[in-house]
Parts: sequence; structure tokens; C-alpha cells
Amino acid sequence: MAAAARFLLRSASSKGAVSNVSGGVHSCLGVSLVKLYPSGSSTSKSQRRNVSHFTFQPDPETTKYGPTQKMNLFQSVTSALDNTLATDPTAVIFGEDVAFGGVFRCTVGLRDKYGKDRVFNTPLCEQGIVGFGIGVAVAGATAIAEIQFADYIYPAFDQIVNEAAKYRYRSGNLFNCGNLTIRAPWGCVGHGSLYHSQSPEAFFAHCPGIKIAIPRGPVQAKGLLLSCIADQNPCIFFEPKILYRAAVDQVPTEPYTIPLSQAEILQEGSDVTLVAWGTQVHVMREVATMAQEKLGVSCELIDLQTILPWDTDTVCKFDSAQKAVK
Amino acid sequence: MQNMLTLISNVFRGTASKNGARAVVSTRSYADFTPQATFDTKKCELHRLDHGPPQQAVLTREQGLQYYRTMQTMRRMELKADQLYKQRIIRGFCHLYDGQEACAVGIEAGITREDHLITAYRTHGYTLTRGVSVKEILAELTGRRGGVTKGKGGSMHMYAKNFYGGNGIVGAQVPLGAGVALACQYQGNNKVCVTLYGDGAANQGQVFESFNMAALWKLPCIFICENNQYGMGTSAERASASTEYYKRGDYIPGIRVDGMDVLCVREATKFAADHCRSGKGPILMELQTYRYHGHSMSDPGVSYRTREEIQEVRSKSDPISMLKDRLVSHNMASVEEIKEMDIEIRKEIEDAAQFAISDPEPPLEDLCDHIFSNEGPIEVRGTNPWMKLKSRS
Repeated sequence: MAAAARFLLRSASSKGAVSNVSGGVHSCLGVSLVKLYPSGSSTSKSQRRNVSHFTFQPDPETTKYGPTQKMNLFQSVTSALDNTLATDPTAVIFGEDVAFGGVFRCTVGLRDKYGKDRVFNTPLCEQGIVGFGIGVAVAGATAIAEIQFADYIYPAFDQIVNEAAKYRYRSGNLFNCGNLTIRAPWGCVGHGSLYHSQSPEAFFAHCPGIKIAIPRGPVQAKGLLLSCIADQNPCIFFEPKILYRAAVDQVPTEPYTIPLSQAEILQEGSDVTLVAWGTQVHVMREVATMAQEKLGVSCELIDLQTILPWDTDTVCKFDSAQKAVK
Repeated sequence: MQNMLTLISNVFRGTASKNGARAVVSTRSYADFTPQATFDTKKCELHRLDHGPPQQAVLTREQGLQYYRTMQTMRRMELKADQLYKQRIIRGFCHLYDGQEACAVGIEAGITREDHLITAYRTHGYTLTRGVSVKEILAELTGRRGGVTKGKGGSMHMYAKNFYGGNGIVGAQVPLGAGVALACQYQGNNKVCVTLYGDGAANQGQVFESFNMAALWKLPCIFICENNQYGMGTSAERASASTEYYKRGDYIPGIRVDGMDVLCVREATKFAADHCRSGKGPILMELQTYRYHGHSMSDPGVSYRTREEIQEVRSKSDPISMLKDRLVSHNMASVEEIKEMDIEIRKEIEDAAQFAISDPEPPLEDLCDHIFSNEGPIEVRGTNPWMKLKSRS
């Protein structure tokens, strides 16, 4: 789970303190928190799994978006895609193996419901899939491209960074591929090894022109995905694959959006801010509880949700960042 | 050999009364076998070639037994891997090669150990033919320190001398293979590089980039498309506008080969290697083959094809049965001899599996080694900023 959480030590510093903090984490707080984790040299089976342990914690049920249904993450993605195909006649979904439902069952039933001209397979060619998707989007259709695993997104890196991200800018707003959304299963799963576990959001995080969103659960997944599809910029939506079946929540059946570039404060605190996204949010939840119980440290937990452009206000605003001025 | 046959003869003499014919066969001595025979192979379809590989192959008894032994070892090794995977002793990804044995064995028979070879993720067969022992392959699958990649590579990442793996990303190995071929050309060592990919990978852009470079610079590269009809769960005709993969090289000459016949593959590989070594540039071979298992162990393999289809291929075109029938019908080996070999192979696999199960896992200190080439150990961050791990090399 590389780099999915940062400790931001509160100190009397200005809003721009975020960049300074990355190196200086050698505080006693940090050291004592390390002691809560088993050390890396233990070899017994039960302890070995601890470093990638998490427990999905569903959100309290929300009724503001209408009736809800119990869904896991891949079902919430299917629901979002279903809503999109129903309301937007130009929407098309394509990628490797999406027609039968996808290797993670995110597109089950959609081809039968909406037709084979709207949900179709592509051959094995990521660069081609994204390039093709950019073309579809530029021509006016809503393109939802699936890359089978985030680890395979690199052949398409050029298309995303050099073509999709810069289309609007270089054509002086004459053209844009805002209708493009790229979805990919993301993150470690325990047995994925080199090529089924990667979290490549950092490679894209410094590219102006695209947006990146990563949900922590089914409710956020559907909302963020629908926001990405609606957003008039090319978006990459990473879906934590380990949560596809493990995360179950009550998800509204009607379409709804969770705004992009808006982080969510999950827990208020006064001493330390924890920022996380994706699966790591649930680890951080446990950390916050442990810190409170064992160290008496009050942690503020923020789910970043959108990696690019990220919500600097929520994370660094005076109230949050400056809370622990002791 | 003589003693073994005498032993078998003694065993079977007891049952000789049951089957008169069998008694006759069992008392045959080594000198009675035909030393070599010529077999007809299927004609290969050609693309941009005036003539292709010969339609007849000479097989000696030694070669026949060697091919049989290697193919049977491969088959039993893959079935053992299947068993271990289902027992959850092997975890992660496991792509099995059974059904395609003739490809690996035939290719190796057509080149030398000094030639180079690179393939995709269905590696176990090639790892074996390139000289790695079954013990090391199975230990790598179980992730133990006795594995060929010290337990850090797993099923998809096995390597050996002149065998560059073992590549997880589809199609990524093809430009690498072209590069190895360039090195052969540059060093002037008369070697070729065999670059394998599948019917699914044939639609990757980088494959065509490699074709262009290889043809432009006349690299000694044999591109081989192992067409097992399915790219994971997608049949070839649903993914490719043209399923004539041997023609997809366009300006590169191509041959379509029966990949279930080890002799056909061998003759075609020899032909292709001669073509490359004579400086004519790259050549493309399509091996028409079939895999019995699904794409990987998490794929049952029957949701996109029928069990009848798999059964039909198994009964009509199984490469091992085909070779065995050829050897026995031409009196180049006896049924007992082959049975004896099967028993030996079974034992070898059992022993290797035992080793693979009992060997200890690599020590935790190995975890971060070989990220970089360092002089002196460097620190590597663990899963949180304060967990410092050490990379010793």
C-alpha cells in the first residue's frame, strides 16, 4: 500500500507547510506508533499478514440520495455504469473482456441490457484502448474505457499525459476529450505480486489536464465515478481491487455524485492529521482508534478522494492544520 | 538399458501366458529396435517464402526417447503444479503449459543451448527445456529459496542462461527479443534469438514496432506466435481482424506450423534458424497449438470453450500420444520401455515436489535485495516511513 498515508505533524506553520513536512517525521510520536506494529523481522504466518491487514468499515447509512440497496464495490460500479448508460444515450463502455462482465464483474449484465454496440470488447492493446477512447470522447460520445489492471496502464501513459491531458489546452478550447473516463482496478491484493498490485496514481499526479479519483468504499465509488463521468475533463478512476468483494455498504440506487476535489473529514481530531485514500483509509481508521486508546493522541482522519487536483483547503486549512498548536 | 529390459522381461515372463504377443515383445533386446525412421509432417503454409521446411523429418531412437522424456516430464510437472495449487501450496498466479509441450521441445530441438530464447508468462515448459531442473521450477512455484529465481520470481519470472524469462506484461518481451537479436548480430556470434508471444499479444503495438526494427536491420530474430486459439478467455477470431498470425509480419516471411507435432516444430525451427543465421533477417512462425488448462489456475477454462472441444484435442492431437504412437508403431521403442520411463518421471516429479514443499522460504533479509545494483547496502523504506529495510546489493 505504497504512500497512501502521510503523517502531518501539526506545528505553528503556515498553510504552505505541507511541502516541508515530508522529511521531518522523526518525532517521538512517530517512533512510538511504530512500536504498535509488529516489527518487520517476525516470520510467523499470522504476524506476517499484519502489515497488509485492514478491516473495511462501512459508512453510516445515508438517506439523502434516495432508497439504498446492499452492494459491494463492484456492484456499486455496475450500478453507476447502469445509470450512465440509461441516462446518456452516447455512453459506451469498452475494454478487455468487459462484454461478459469483466474480470471483476463490474460490467455484468450491461451488454445484454444496452446492446453490443454500447458495451464491447477491445483486443489486448492498452495504448489503443485509451487512444481510441480519446477519439470517441473528442467526437462527442461519453467514453468509459477500462484498463484491466492499473499495472497495465503504462502503454497508455503517453496517450493519457500527452494527448488526453493537453487536448483542450493545445487546441485553444476548440476540442476536448472531457467525455473520457478511464477505469482501472488498483492497489495491492495480497497475491498480486509485481503486475496485479500497483498503485500508479503518483505517476499521473503531476500532470495538469487530468483528474484522478480513488474511492474508499461502494458509496464513494458510485458517487465519484458518476462525478468523473460527468466531469468535463478526462478522468482516471482507480478502484481498489481488494475492496471489490470485501467492501459492502448500503448504496443509493439512484444516480448521485460526490464532488471531485473535495476531501472528506471522517473523524475530527486535534493533534495529528492523517491523510489517506483507497483501502488505506480503513487502516488509518484503526490507527486513529489505536492512537487514541494507547497514546491519548487525537487524530483527524481525512479521505483525500481526489488525488488530482487535491483538496488543499480541507487538508491544510487553518482550522485543521493548525489545530494542534500546543 | 540391457539390464532394464532383462528385468522387465523377467517380470513379464510370468504373465506371458496371458498375452502371447506381449511375451514376444518383452524379450526383445536393445538391438532389435529400429535406430531411426523418417516421418511425414504436415505441410507448412508459407508467406513470402518460395519453399518451406521439409515435409519429412528423420527421428532417431535416442531423439525420440529424449523428446518423449522431456514432454512427459513437462506434462507431469504441470499436472503436479495444478495439484499443488489446488492444495494452496502454490499461491498467486500459475499459467500451465500442458497441451503445448511439442512447441517447447520442438523449438529447443531446432536450436542450440547457445541460442537465446525469451517468452511471455507461460514459462514452465521453456524453463525446463532451457536446462533448469524440475526441482528448481517447482521450488520457485512454491516460493522457496531453492527455486530458480531464489523464490522471489514465482511462476511468471523464471530465468536461465540464454533464457530471458518469464515476462508478466503481455507483449513486452517482443522488443526485448529483438534487442537480444541485435546483440547477436552485433557480436557476430551466429546465434539467433527466439522471441515468443501469444495470439492475444499479437495485437499489441510494440510487436509491430519490433517487426519493423528487426526487418529494417535484418536482425536474427525468430518471432514465434504460439496460437493456442484463446487469449485468456477471448477466442482468436474475436480479438484479431486477421487470425493468420504468420502473415501479420507483412514484409517478414512467415510459416504456419502444426504446433502439436514435435517433429514439425523442430523442422520449422531449424529452417527458421538457418534463415536467420544466413543473414536474411527475421522470420515469423505461427505454432498452432492448444492448452488443456484454462488461462491460469483461476480460470476453469470451460466458460469460453466446451469440454468436448478440449477432449477432442486431447484424444486426437495430444503431442505426447502422437510421439509415443510413432515410436511404438515404427518399432523404435517398446510400450514397456515407455511405461518404465513414465514411472521414473513420476518419481522424479514426486521427489521434486517434496523438495519444493519442504525447502525453506527465502530469508526475510533477501526481501529488498537487487532493487538496484549498489556498492554497499542501502536503506529502503518499508510500508511506513519508519520501517527501514536493507537492500544488500
